[in-house]
Amino acid sequence: MGTRGYRYKTSHSLPGPGDGGNTGSWRVQRPVIDLTRCTPAKRGVEACFSCWLYCPDVVVSRTIPPQIDYAYCKGCGICAEECPTKAITMVDESVCHEREEG
Amino acid sequence: MHIIETGNVAAALGVQLAGVQVVAAYPITPQTPLTEKLSELIEAGEMDARYVPVESEHSALAVCIGASSAGARAFTATSANGLLYMHEQVHWAAGARLPIVMCVANRAVGAPWNIWNDHQDSISQRDTGWIQIYSCDHQQIIDDTLKAFRVAETTSIPVMVCYDGYLLSHTYMPFAVPEQEMVARFLPPFHPSYALDPDAPANLNTVTLPEIRMDVHGEMAHGYMEIRYLLQEDLRNAVQVVEETDAAFQELFGRGGVPLVEPYRCDDAEYVVVAMGSLTYQLWDVIDALRTEGHKVGVLGVRLYRPFPDAAVAAALQGARGVFVMEKALSYGYEGALCSDLKSALYDHLPDKSRAPFVKGLVAGIGGREIKTVDLTDALRSGLAGSIPGPGWIGIRL
Amino acid sequence: MTARTTILSLPREEYVHPGNRACTGCGLGIAYRIGLKALGPDTIVIVPPSCLTVLQGLFPVASTKLPSLNVTFASTAAAATGVLEALKAQGREHTKVVAWAGDGGTADIGIQSLSGACERGDDFLFLCYDNEGYMNTGVQRSGTTPQGAITANTPLKGKMQQKKDVAAIMTAHGIDYVATASAAYPLDLYDKIRKAISLKGVKYIHIHTPCPPGWGYDTRYTVKIGELAVETGYWDLYEVEKGEFRLTGASAGTLKKGTRKPVKEYLQAQSRFRIMSPEQATDVQARVDAKWSTYASGEGC
Repeated sequence: MGTRGYRYKTSHSLPGPGDGGNTGSWRVQRPVIDLTRCTPAKRGVEACFSCWLYCPDVVVSRTIPPQIDYAYCKGCGICAEECPTKAITMVDESVCHEREEG
Repeated sequence: MHIIETGNVAAALGVQLAGVQVVAAYPITPQTPLTEKLSELIEAGEMDARYVPVESEHSALAVCIGASSAGARAFTATSANGLLYMHEQVHWAAGARLPIVMCVANRAVGAPWNIWNDHQDSISQRDTGWIQIYSCDHQQIIDDTLKAFRVAETTSIPVMVCYDGYLLSHTYMPFAVPEQEMVARFLPPFHPSYALDPDAPANLNTVTLPEIRMDVHGEMAHGYMEIRYLLQEDLRNAVQVVEETDAAFQELFGRGGVPLVEPYRCDDAEYVVVAMGSLTYQLWDVIDALRTEGHKVGVLGVRLYRPFPDAAVAAALQGARGVFVMEKALSYGYEGALCSDLKSALYDHLPDKSRAPFVKGLVAGIGGREIKTVDLTDALRSGLAGSIPGPGWIGIRL
Repeated sequence: MTARTTILSLPREEYVHPGNRACTGCGLGIAYRIGLKALGPDTIVIVPPSCLTVLQGLFPVASTKLPSLNVTFASTAAAATGVLEALKAQGREHTKVVAWAGDGGTADIGIQSLSGACERGDDFLFLCYDNEGYMNTGVQRSGTTPQGAITANTPLKGKMQQKKDVAAIMTAHGIDYVATASAAYPLDLYDKIRKAISLKGVKYIHIHTPCPPGWGYDTRYTVKIGELAVETGYWDLYEVEKGEFRLTGASAGTLKKGTRKPVKEYLQAQSRFRIMSPEQATDVQARVDAKWSTYASGEGC
């Protein structure tokens, strides 16, 4: 099956996620949010959102509580480093997989 | 309206009539009067375009690429080393399928420095995927420039209109200037299939993989190879577009009819001289003289060089016994590019190769060396007698 | 003087899709994401070969939600001018034209076309994200690589020459707005972009952009490294608006405080400076001190 009928004759890219595939597979560690320490989660109000601000990959949602899109999170750890209440810890993927499978 | 003006002004008037919206150019001899004329027209309010005085030729074509990508009709002009400086962009414009038009006032390239006419600058761009047209006089310059915009916008391929530096750019000839109202019927406003638009965002000309790949709609998109193939396919089909555009122009303006090749006394010619640009018409005098001596000779001017009109060239030459290709450039290390292309066309199209004409490549006018009609006549007389003396560089003084 | 933007007052809309090919912990990821919030959707972006090319995606998928034009390396500013002129010719001047180039595409191969655009007074914003090297092609040295840094081309001796002061070069062009910023201070960057796009002519913002693989630190420290650069006075946040210089944000705070962290804290946190000699480190501190004494005396940049 060829591309003869493709709609563009030029290199014309349309917006969409996952250009790099499932970048979540790059991770060695994943960020896990402790909702008892996370300020917006604890207080139930719009507050902080440092993790949302500093995420280079737009995988942290600006919600109460913030949520992480693990399909694309690369596990850089910036959110964990910048969280003012140390609510986010980086947990080894191998541990997470054990938990998921167990 | 008929006027007597230079080739550069003829080109400028063509640009004005075409309703170009963005002009970007960097001065280089012998193109400069063209850009000066455009500046004058724009500043006087006689041309509604934006003029960008860029700081290099590479930027001149970059401005055109940006402007054309955003939906404006764009134009630039250059010569020689200026064209070479923008070479990367020349490839880019073709690959991006942008209908930019560029006039090239042909000039020799350095090293060493030389400001006079030959074709090395534009010939060296023949692989880039641009349509290349060689104008032989001022009327063709203004008409070809106008036609170029329509051809470019029909094919989404950029077009280079080439004319001899000094010999055409700076000399005065009478020519007809088309009426603006008539031009409007020939060339509609530019409506690209896509122009950068926040309402329909797209990322243009990013890295494109060797292999095909799925897009966001789940359809298989081209790889780089398919995109380049489509350029080649559309370029080959552009021969027909050039012919159709010329026919439409001829219907409105009563001029043209030689979009691919321009034959002169070729019908019964046993020997044909092939050339491009102003040399073509100079050869008409040579051929007339040789005809009085009894030689059956003709001239074939090649007007469209890329895409190469191989079928038309072969058809014009198939009855000849011999062909002399006279060029102002070389593919160094082998022979003139037109000579090679022509031989290839004969090889592909002649049904009986045992009756193929001989092809002899000649070089003339390199670095603006004056091409004297008497030298041309002598060279051809020798050729017709069976041998061209020396390496076939006419007028060389080693 | 407009109020400074906070995290909570930042627009929520995202203009970048996740799952792009930027490195883990990429400083440009932060700068670009927040920068696009400042620009909004009525923007056309021009991008030369650089990390951003890759971040924005390979054909046919674009991680950017804005219309974007990829151009040749040397031509960013000229192509931006072309887009701008086309918009003017079509009466579409409301659309912003913004160039996003790396340090190479700005200060080395791209400087000629940028200079030309400044001289012409073309109406666009030029953002340089400076990760201090040709990072996309494997960490080769650039004009903005700082002295002493190990790169792929300076693997054993480190870069000999000084970092090119691009913001100063841009200020010398006499354009109305030149600013320095940092990916580690995205709100400061946001406010500077908002201010810049309200002005005429070429506006220039130079964004210090930490790069984990290029600079040699653990990915989680991208913001910390960027902050350390500013807290040590090695990199300063400032703007020059119509010739008037002022430090901003954390740098203004540092000037008030009167003390800075020692530069070697910044240098020692990155493995690219591991072969710097004590004399070189002392020299760096001396240069930073000299620079800050001109700030203190009010001489400006």
